[in-house]
Amino acid sequence: MSQHRIVITGIGLTAPNGNTLDEYRNNLLNKVSTIQNIETRYMGTVHAGVCDFDPLKYQTKKSIRIGTRAASIGIYCANEAIGDSSIDWEKVDRSRVGVYVGTTEHGNVETENEIYNISQYDYDTRFWTHHHNPRTVANNPAGEITINLKITGPHYAIGAACAAGNAGVIQACQMLLLEEIDFAIGGGVSESIHTFGIFAAFNSQNALAKHEDPTKASRPFDMARNGIVVSEGGCLYTLERLDDAKARGANIIAEIAGWAMNSDATDYVLPNPERQAQCMNIALNRAKKHVEDIQIVNTHATSTKQGDIQECEAINAVFGKSESTYINNTKSFIGHAMGAAGALELAGNIPSFRDKMVHPTINVDELDPQCNVGKLVIGEPVELDRVDAIFNNSFGMLGINSSLVVTRFHD
Amino acid sequence: MTKQILNTMTKDGIKSIVLKIIAEIAPDEDLSNITPEVRLRDQLELDSMDFLDIVMELRKQYGIEVPEADYQELASLESCANYLEPKFAALQGS
Repeated sequence: MSQHRIVITGIGLTAPNGNTLDEYRNNLLNKVSTIQNIETRYMGTVHAGVCDFDPLKYQTKKSIRIGTRAASIGIYCANEAIGDSSIDWEKVDRSRVGVYVGTTEHGNVETENEIYNISQYDYDTRFWTHHHNPRTVANNPAGEITINLKITGPHYAIGAACAAGNAGVIQACQMLLLEEIDFAIGGGVSESIHTFGIFAAFNSQNALAKHEDPTKASRPFDMARNGIVVSEGGCLYTLERLDDAKARGANIIAEIAGWAMNSDATDYVLPNPERQAQCMNIALNRAKKHVEDIQIVNTHATSTKQGDIQECEAINAVFGKSESTYINNTKSFIGHAMGAAGALELAGNIPSFRDKMVHPTINVDELDPQCNVGKLVIGEPVELDRVDAIFNNSFGMLGINSSLVVTRFHD
Repeated sequence: MTKQILNTMTKDGIKSIVLKIIAEIAPDEDLSNITPEVRLRDQLELDSMDFLDIVMELRKQYGIEVPEADYQELASLESCANYLEPKFAALQGS
């Protein structure tokens, strides 16, 4: 295995409260949630995080019509990330670019739409669109990105439930380490708010958030939390080996210092704090960091009764004795962006290296004593003397855990 | 559109219908200067998937079936009108 260092050189994102990192960060520091009520087929009104980026910035009307919402999110994020990286894209050998897009699921939106479509024709399958297969193959978002950007290197989807955003970044790092590519686009996307099934399933599981004020519906760690707010969003990073980034004079945003993924092997839905803690410790060891070296831990907490408690148990087991570690949560602002969550939440904290601020967790009116974990930043941002390392947790169903350690770049 | 109007559809009317479908399928294209006798693919960015969309819209909007063996009849606006005219006329009996 090579000893290359992997760095982030560009960030492209769309979140319910921002279509650029600056806008998103500003809203996180100013406690702005834009969770809203939307109408969903069969379900009626639900809370959701909706993105309002302009897909026509990088796509033709025809490609939007033929393609998928998930791919539009991916294409927007990929183009924004490449722009942010300041690489001379026209001169890039695109056979050496890899695209790794994490998704929680893909194809539910298009399948539901087609079933509804043929229901208008007495379920006659002659009216089923020929676009269905290219829209619903798992690699659709990554593949549409390659078509849009004329990338001829590898592309594929990383399916890792709600850990997929982190997993997309990890896959990108691994392929750079293996030298199979020279430039990576990695992260995650989700358009899940356009499928009623995800809302209906969380509702049947008694895990769908409900609040009279939608901006207060996502409230991890609060006593009154009652479930998940489903959101769409995306975040893709450009990643490079340090030597390559330095050679082209890139602005190095941060370094991926370590990561880990493991599996609970216990339950379809319920998390396993012991395995989560194990995942965190593996990531710390690989990054050669002690818990005191970490200033910010982004929690995965989704605002469910049980999941938040169990993650706090895991974080306490790992970071409980650290006096220098602050803990926050981004889903309280943007809801759960599913396959994008890990990558998007990491991006929300990365500006801390520069501005030294830790964005808060909002909507905690009464802290659940079982979620009273370490230095949880509630309500107002906290300013630190310096931020050198961010720890990014992202967990998912079927017991998939992921942790990323991202550090301020030092040559 | 009522069946009565469809039954008496002129070739120009059929061309308008096809152009309207193409406008939905290829929304980035300028359709103001299409030459009816020239192949659509020589004038527009249309691929085989787009022609399947035209076939689907004719099925959905007018109940007209275009079998695969006849796809070549949709090559130009003029050939569309020639091919579809009897099919629109046949709607009278349906």
